[in-house]
Amino acid sequence: MNASAAGSVVEEIFRREAGRVLATLIRLLGDFDLAEEAQQDAFTAAIEQWPTQGTPDNPRAWLISAGRNKAIDRIRREVFFREKIADRELASAQADALAEIDGSDEAIFGDDRLRLIFTCCHPSLNDEAQIALTLREVCGLSTQAVARAFLVAEETMAQRLVRAKKKIRDAGIPYDTPDPSVLDQRVDGVLAVVYGVFTEGYAATAGAQLIDVELCAEAIRLGRLLDTLLPNNAHVMGLLALMLLHDARRRSRVSDAGDVVLLDDQDRSQWDQNEISEGLSLVDKSLAAKGSVSPYAVQAAIAALHVRAADKQATDWPQIVGLYEVLLRLQPTPVIELNHAVAVSMVDGAARALDLVDSLAARGRVTQYHLLHAARGSFLQQLGRTQEAREAYGIALRSATLEPERRLLAGRLAGI
Amino acid sequence: MNYLLLIYSNETEVMALGEAGLKRMTDEYMEFTKSIVQAGHFKAGDRLKPAATASTVRVRNGKTAITDGPFAETREQLGGYYLIEAKNLDEATAIAARIPGAKIGSIEVRPIWPPIS
Repeated sequence: MNASAAGSVVEEIFRREAGRVLATLIRLLGDFDLAEEAQQDAFTAAIEQWPTQGTPDNPRAWLISAGRNKAIDRIRREVFFREKIADRELASAQADALAEIDGSDEAIFGDDRLRLIFTCCHPSLNDEAQIALTLREVCGLSTQAVARAFLVAEETMAQRLVRAKKKIRDAGIPYDTPDPSVLDQRVDGVLAVVYGVFTEGYAATAGAQLIDVELCAEAIRLGRLLDTLLPNNAHVMGLLALMLLHDARRRSRVSDAGDVVLLDDQDRSQWDQNEISEGLSLVDKSLAAKGSVSPYAVQAAIAALHVRAADKQATDWPQIVGLYEVLLRLQPTPVIELNHAVAVSMVDGAARALDLVDSLAARGRVTQYHLLHAARGSFLQQLGRTQEAREAYGIALRSATLEPERRLLAGRLAGI
Repeated sequence: MNYLLLIYSNETEVMALGEAGLKRMTDEYMEFTKSIVQAGHFKAGDRLKPAATASTVRVRNGKTAITDGPFAETREQLGGYYLIEAKNLDEATAIAARIPGAKIGSIEVRPIWPPIS
């Protein structure tokens, strides 16, 4: 094998194994930074040794054991420079304990990855820190890539990550899966992080670009990983289904010119049929699974009805209204109320839908939300109340921040 | 690791519990304290007199200034604390969630630096 081919083998193994190697090293070493250094050392050693000595039979075990040994060397070196007896004893004990652990036990890797996910998504870390840590440590994105995804400077993101890891250490956030009594709640927290990554990618909150493909793909990858690690979990399957069904329509959602294409006008031949069928089967499995109904699965079921219909007229709107009513009981949020109203307009007409939206607006929780005003504009237009429709679209246009959405609203306004 | 559990609540709301309510809460506190003593978590814990009895001390340019307060403008006041030993943050927050005051106020969980040796 020549050097570049060997290099690409190492790279390929790195991509596949980096997450597992890091997760296990953090447990063995009890420290994120030490584990990251050890992981780097191990991959450097692999790049040096594999081309001449051959790729080991079990590369993962090799990498973990190489990383572990490098870390032991580091700990032992540091002991020499330390004066405090207690510290020296602690460090030696740590090094001895490490030397005994067998890094090749297959059964433990899944648990280690779950430990890493639950630690990165610990509720004692703020939301931003949870997302950043998950992308950096679980997905293995570079600090630079995470910074780019959140439109902040690399230095800012690096500091955020340092602070988050310091809190894990200082506050005693455990590197462990949660107690069964709080597992469901903690899984919800993890799913919120994964969905946060997805929605951040699906509609960047501000700016010119509508879809950030990389974040959507990372979120789906995380969803699949969770589905493997926590099999038959209604909430995990529900979220994965929802992401797949949205992602399937990703390419048709934006025109070549970067404009928003609404569902009715999307080119259905561009939809990803593999993602759709995987999503549909996950919706069914999630709704059939034991335990509480997942709000993500209900949303996915709604997405499924849209995807299954040949066009807007053929869509099963009464069932969609029903599903939104289920969702409102699980998750009474203004955004879901608004979506419910839009579905109601398709069944009971615009007048009834306008009442619902006005009642939502009267409660004053979402007056700045551009989609509320866009929906009002659409209902008013259907009722022939042109002047009021114009005003509503005008407010929507002033509240929208995303360029493609602004163009869509401006087009609507001009078309009245 | 040692954690300080700081119990915050709105004193007016606590008083509104009435005599029977306060008696019940005191019983719950005694039971809770007993349980964490038995489990080996308890290191210290006390109930504080109301925030109105508080004084604040500041030393600036060598001069000591004593004022009343902290002012009760904040919605919740510090009403008591436990000093506990727990194996990690999850154990500490699980213990904090069992403090009777968590049902009407909030508990701040603060890890404590090990003593400087």
